[in-house]
Amino acid sequence: MSSNRELGDPYELVVVGAGPAGLAAATAAAGLGINTVLLDEQSSLGGQIYRAIEETPLADPAVLGKSYGRGRLLVRSFVASGARHIPGASVWHVAEGQGGCLTVGLSVGSAAHMIEARRVILATGALERPFPIPGWTLPGVLAAGGAQTLLKSAAIVPAGYVVLAGTGPLLWLFAAQMLRAGGRITAFLDTASVENRRAALAHLPGFLASSYFREGLDLMRAVRRGAQVVRGVKALVAHGTERLSEVAFRRLGSTEERIPADILLLHQGVVPDLNLAAAAGCKLTWDERQLAFLPVTDRWGASSVEGIAIAGDGAGIMGSEAAAERGRLAALDAACRLGRITQSDRDRKAAPVAKALARATRGRAFLDALFRPTRAFRVPEGETIVCRCEEVTARQVRESAAFGCPGPNQLKAFLRAGMGPCQGRMCGLTVSALLAEARGVTMGEIGYFRLRPPVKPLTLSELAALPATPAAMEAVGR
Amino acid sequence: MKREESEFAVIGGGLVGAAIAWGLARLGKQVAMLDEGDIAWRASRGNFALVWVQSKGLGMPAYAAWTRRSSDGWAAFADALGEETAIDVAFRRPGGFALCLSEAELEARAAAMHRLHNQPDMIPYPYEVVHRERLRALLPAIGPEVAGGIFSPLDGHCNSLRLLRALHAGLQRRGGKYLSEHVVDRIEQRQGMFALATSAGEVRAARVVLAAGNGNARLAPMVGLAAPVRPQRGQVIVTERVEPFLHHPMLSVRQTDEGTVMIGSSTEEVGFDDHVGAPVLAAMAARAIRIFPCLGRLNVVRTWAALRVMSPDGFPIYSQSMTHAGAFLATCHSGVTLAANHALVLPPMLEAGSLGTELAAFGGKRFDVSAHG
Amino acid sequence: MFRRTVESTAATISLVVDGNEVRARAGESLAAALLAEGLLSFRRSAVSGVPRGPWCLMGACFECLVTIDGARQRACMIRAVDGMHIETGEGRRRLLP
Repeated sequence: MSSNRELGDPYELVVVGAGPAGLAAATAAAGLGINTVLLDEQSSLGGQIYRAIEETPLADPAVLGKSYGRGRLLVRSFVASGARHIPGASVWHVAEGQGGCLTVGLSVGSAAHMIEARRVILATGALERPFPIPGWTLPGVLAAGGAQTLLKSAAIVPAGYVVLAGTGPLLWLFAAQMLRAGGRITAFLDTASVENRRAALAHLPGFLASSYFREGLDLMRAVRRGAQVVRGVKALVAHGTERLSEVAFRRLGSTEERIPADILLLHQGVVPDLNLAAAAGCKLTWDERQLAFLPVTDRWGASSVEGIAIAGDGAGIMGSEAAAERGRLAALDAACRLGRITQSDRDRKAAPVAKALARATRGRAFLDALFRPTRAFRVPEGETIVCRCEEVTARQVRESAAFGCPGPNQLKAFLRAGMGPCQGRMCGLTVSALLAEARGVTMGEIGYFRLRPPVKPLTLSELAALPATPAAMEAVGR
Repeated sequence: MKREESEFAVIGGGLVGAAIAWGLARLGKQVAMLDEGDIAWRASRGNFALVWVQSKGLGMPAYAAWTRRSSDGWAAFADALGEETAIDVAFRRPGGFALCLSEAELEARAAAMHRLHNQPDMIPYPYEVVHRERLRALLPAIGPEVAGGIFSPLDGHCNSLRLLRALHAGLQRRGGKYLSEHVVDRIEQRQGMFALATSAGEVRAARVVLAAGNGNARLAPMVGLAAPVRPQRGQVIVTERVEPFLHHPMLSVRQTDEGTVMIGSSTEEVGFDDHVGAPVLAAMAARAIRIFPCLGRLNVVRTWAALRVMSPDGFPIYSQSMTHAGAFLATCHSGVTLAANHALVLPPMLEAGSLGTELAAFGGKRFDVSAHG
Repeated sequence: MFRRTVESTAATISLVVDGNEVRARAGESLAAALLAEGLLSFRRSAVSGVPRGPWCLMGACFECLVTIDGARQRACMIRAVDGMHIETGEGRRRLLP
């Protein structure tokens, strides 16, 4: 395959994703003398958590909170590290290449390229968990994380009647950020089950010792002061015809209440963005605590595919501080496997990183338990749309299960769920949950969609411009 | 473990197995269809959905006739399936094209069609060579390199995923049993009954039909048959949905009833490997754009690869066991085209206990080297 | 509805959205620019034709597809550029004139 001179190919290490894990990994690798490139879809560094960190138009970035500011150090260290950064690069494929190398397919400025790398670290981060309620496809209903991105990158806030609903640290954080930025919240509908608190208590000591404790309490207090918080919400419906007009909800033991709404922001936690890892063949496993599929990784982030490591939230949700440490561990392991440092060097250098990682993950178990999304919002009923792209409903999935559909891949064939442009990102977990429940098996047993490249879109022309070998031309005779 | 017992056990829940099983159930038979789990070498989930006649049967006129018969029966088959399941499998038979990108390609294809139709015992069917000028009136989107093509009014297409779902639904509506996660390890015949040892317990049946695609190679010897099939990889690209622009199916490009454009038609001998490869996808994309330049700006939504079930001569195998009475085998790489036959023609033969003379040419014995000695 | 929290610090640029001139800030995403203009519905579903608007704003959901200078793109992944022509409200694309 021809090398991509303008892209500096080949590399010893390709890092995918410029959030905390990718930034730290690339910085550490370059510091160890490894020829490294960092690829990221966005035009600037920081990932979603530190989105627009160096360029936010907010008059006072302090509204985003203290933790947002931490991104600046990561970005600046990376810029000084000597690693190359290719912005606006979406990676749609990672596969075994020649001579033990990996081939990375990427698209930059409407042109596809294949570059070679000896090792790859995937730092693809997290996605918001699907939140399938009736009406969630109406214009005006958005993911809360999406609204947060708008605040960071464009300094715009939701306006009019704004309802926030769901659970999870991000939802509370965004509510506080929005209030500080001058936004107004009509209602905050908390969908966490009251039983969560009892389950979380067991993990309280770790939480008290964590950095989340103080920050979290302040935040929730600020939200309660600035918005009407409705607890124990059991059911939610977004109403409207061409766009959202009303939100209906029900609390435990009460009748339905309705409030007018212009914007509804939904959120119930984040899960690993694993499409690229899964399409590359990395094994997945079900994690009951996080209620998510995670790629199988060792303590260095190494996946089941030789040469591919996964760092940060893409390998399991632990938060942004832990992500940076996990990026550093993956970089150390890459250096070792590239023969740049010995194993004992690696282990010695890793010791303080591991310690920092342990500190950063304190309190996670508490958060996972406290904000655990309830079944009602993960396993929808009736005509609720599950797959937004192909408009497949919960009822249809259940019917397929009833006539023997054994899993998500046969379901995809039967109903097209997961076949649209988002490639299952918005429905994969819901489909697996519905099938597992209907068939009476575990999530681990039912499994996940089999994913294929390209995991990010490219045009047919881009694909056609890639080099085709003589064997490939021969294979396509007619 | 519980034990299942039925008149027929059909091994394989893909298009071939499901069509046969549904057809048997329609005849009032008790049928159990055994299938693997969610992850399987499932050619039926990866095919191109053509109901294709032109170009088939060079080297075996009986195959041309069998294909033609299925194509002619497809509309009635789709109607019957639709009536029973309320699933529209979107069968259309507007006639199809094989487009050529040079005069040489067109001549070679026309010559092959000529040879096909000049075979002894060949029952001819309509087709024509269409040159560029006329083609442009029929297909305004073609690119400047398209020299012409072969048109046959018999060619059509359908929605093959909905076909698979409809057959599964139809089978169960008729009382057939669908046994997923039943991988067959062993088949034995005892006192006139077949005992199938599976990963989920034993299944017993008076008759057994092997329709397990590439799995038939392993299963056939258990009942004294041979199915020397091998996997042949084909890759497919699918684009975003667009307004209808292509009203005829083609060998390598077609627009689905849902609006997506499928690009296909690669062949690779790589064994049991169903990964996609960028070089082949690139070559497929390039060829599709040469045929229809307007496709270039469409977004690719998915790609996949699947394994065809290929016999040594490329033709189907239908056989019945001489050593194990009541055991049959059906295998082909045209599970969509031949679905009408598999659902409506084959089951009465299976019920009668003997494959008809129409299928005499398709026996697995034709690959037996010693038979030609 | 969305509103801007700060007076313009970045250069003001102009876009052509469905034939109308729309002001935006240099550097922001097209999705942000359109939302700030009060647009919530960006396209129609290619399946049923119902209106759809942005959901994730990070390139994952493909809900904010618009046609930019003839190409179908995710509005959240494209920076607004002066003079850009954008079509919204489309379902399936038309390949033939």
